[in-house]
Amino acid sequence: MDLNFTREEEEFRDEVRTFLDEKLPDDLAEKVRIGGELEKDDMERWHAILNEKGWLAAPFWPKEFGGQGWTPVERHIFEEECARANAPRIVPFGLAMLGPVLQKFGTKAQQEYYLPRILDGTDWWCQGYSEPGAGSDLASLKTRAVREGDEYVINGQKTWTTLGQHADKIFCLVRTKTDGKPQEGISFILVDLDTPGIEMRPIKLIEGGHEVNEVFFTDVRVPAENLVGEENQGWTIAKFLLTHERTNIAGVGFSMKALEELKALARRMKRHGRPLIENPLFAARIANAEIELEAMKITNLRMLYTAQTQGAPGPETSILKIKGTVIRQTLNDLSRRALGPAAAPFPSEEMFGNAALVAPEDVNNAADYFNNRKLSIFGGSNEIQRNILTKAMLEL
Amino acid sequence: MDFSLTEDRRMLSDSLSRFLADKYPYDHRAKVAYEAPFHDAALWGEMCEIGVLYALAPEDAGGFGGAGFDITTVFETLGRGLSPAPVLGTLLASRLLTAAGADQASLLDGSVRYAAAIGELDAPYDLDGIETTAEGGKLTGRKSVVYGGNDAEVFLVAAKSGGTLALYEVKAEDADVTGYGMIDGGGAAELFLDGTPGTEVLSDARAALEDALDAGRLALCAEAVGAMDATNEMLLEYLRTRKQFGVPIGKFQALQHRAVDLVTEIEQARSITILAASKMGTPEQAHFVAMAKSLIGRAARLVAEEAIQMHGGIAMTWEAAVSHYAKRLVMIDAQLGDEDYQLERVMAGYAA
Repeated sequence: MDLNFTREEEEFRDEVRTFLDEKLPDDLAEKVRIGGELEKDDMERWHAILNEKGWLAAPFWPKEFGGQGWTPVERHIFEEECARANAPRIVPFGLAMLGPVLQKFGTKAQQEYYLPRILDGTDWWCQGYSEPGAGSDLASLKTRAVREGDEYVINGQKTWTTLGQHADKIFCLVRTKTDGKPQEGISFILVDLDTPGIEMRPIKLIEGGHEVNEVFFTDVRVPAENLVGEENQGWTIAKFLLTHERTNIAGVGFSMKALEELKALARRMKRHGRPLIENPLFAARIANAEIELEAMKITNLRMLYTAQTQGAPGPETSILKIKGTVIRQTLNDLSRRALGPAAAPFPSEEMFGNAALVAPEDVNNAADYFNNRKLSIFGGSNEIQRNILTKAMLEL
Repeated sequence: MDFSLTEDRRMLSDSLSRFLADKYPYDHRAKVAYEAPFHDAALWGEMCEIGVLYALAPEDAGGFGGAGFDITTVFETLGRGLSPAPVLGTLLASRLLTAAGADQASLLDGSVRYAAAIGELDAPYDLDGIETTAEGGKLTGRKSVVYGGNDAEVFLVAAKSGGTLALYEVKAEDADVTGYGMIDGGGAAELFLDGTPGTEVLSDARAALEDALDAGRLALCAEAVGAMDATNEMLLEYLRTRKQFGVPIGKFQALQHRAVDLVTEIEQARSITILAASKMGTPEQAHFVAMAKSLIGRAARLVAEEAIQMHGGIAMTWEAAVSHYAKRLVMIDAQLGDEDYQLERVMAGYAA
């Protein structure tokens, strides 16, 4: 038993820290710190800085495709330090999701064409998985792709397409066979969003933000060469992708940040003329969350250790998703309660600009709470995670 | 980073597991755990020969362990086997004697049974509330639920002497000891002191007592992890085999998701116990032990109550092993500081 990082790992941490100190622009870090909305340009700027260092693909891609060959522990250290420094998140769709899919299932031509464009920012990818009738039951998806000559003709609707408003291209799961098991008739295809017949509409979220979209496909003609893998192999790819989506699934770095901010807020806010953090009821709630988070950190490291010593992470990582998301939501909830009625004003540009009216880090307090209710729903809802664990771990 | 046990600790755990499986099978345990002396006294020496007690003390005190992970290795194994043997009280006493630099050869070889008399009826966890006094080598007061006290030969007693908390050695034969069995098996005692002679072991014992209690709390956390693992295995086996409505009840999602939640809590409990063990002997010891014991208190009770509920009526019977594990898991919370008490210790760090 040894919970310490190796000397090499600590040196790596120092290197990441130094890089972030020197290269992370202050205005981006401040925006992230106060939970402000990042523009497309903000995200692209940060991607370019990481790419110059060779670290944009590093957390996700193996060495032969331009990654750095980081171990799971090094990836974890990178993510932890980025969260600590308030770095913007790497937009995952091209780098964490499509990149690994093309590396595993794509043709050489697809790899050579698309991978460099993901790195240099030429293409911004988004995801076309969920449909209005296919959420947790993803395999029931209906968006149809019919082969006509050397093209597929796509009709249907995708939804929850995150940051689709910034995207040039979308990777989709489509139905290419309607008989047999639903899972066996799904294909994975790449679509240029400029293709005629595609319409993207914003979905306004619970807190008022525009983060996700609906995408409508009407007789959209896509070259057959855009198919990734074999026809009807899409479900295999989707399952492969699910394991790649699992890096940083516990969100420990974000929760550590959230706890730190919660404590600062509870010291700042007063009840009965005393700092809220001295109120035993509230302090107990914070302490409970902190204890869960401390345990979560070790649970996360234990699973990293398993991944590092035994290869891929197993189904037990679903535990990280369930517990990690609930901890973050709890911290958001406590922050909102700490701010009390002052969490009520609707976040607006004027609010952000007026520190005398409301502290910048408080503007999005309630909005963050509401927005992060998504954590236990997306990426396989926590109930779906429980189904996965039931089968794979408990063997019930 | 390395989450595997060292070879020595793995071997100790294996030997102790084998010993418990061979000598303390369920029927035997159920019999001896509830009849005086509430463990199999004839097996005590044999268990000590495996090195269980030596593992709890550092080398300069005559042992070969004493680190956080030595304690967790021993107690996780004891918990898994639901051992009623009075090892907790022995650990507390050993820790106190180590702090005092006193000889403990007879404790470690198992020939003399020690118990630590710290808690009182109105101060079960809190050293500040101790009312027992010592004056001129005579002790007066009542020590409550002294673990292993029912057949201990020597008590280490915490008592106020002037303005400080001191530690005394009291012989069982000099004191009024009322032993009894506990609801979850194993024995304890009330120790009534009325001008009872005691020999001073430590004149200022506060730090040593805090440390011994932390070691005991860590031990209880590990014991709970072992007992939760065993309980969970029994539960999963039951969910796979018990049929109702023509199918194994583990096919019902209402039970599946609850079983997953238990596994999640158990993994969190294991993690925080590992963390606390790693902090033993550091300035953060008290903080992380408090975190661990608080989480364990809640998790162990949840596992116990859910295991009973999902087993249904059978878990209400004395005959079912799960009922005895459940009792142990619930009662661990009340030992050496419960969930709320430990939470207060964590919160105390916030005020600054």
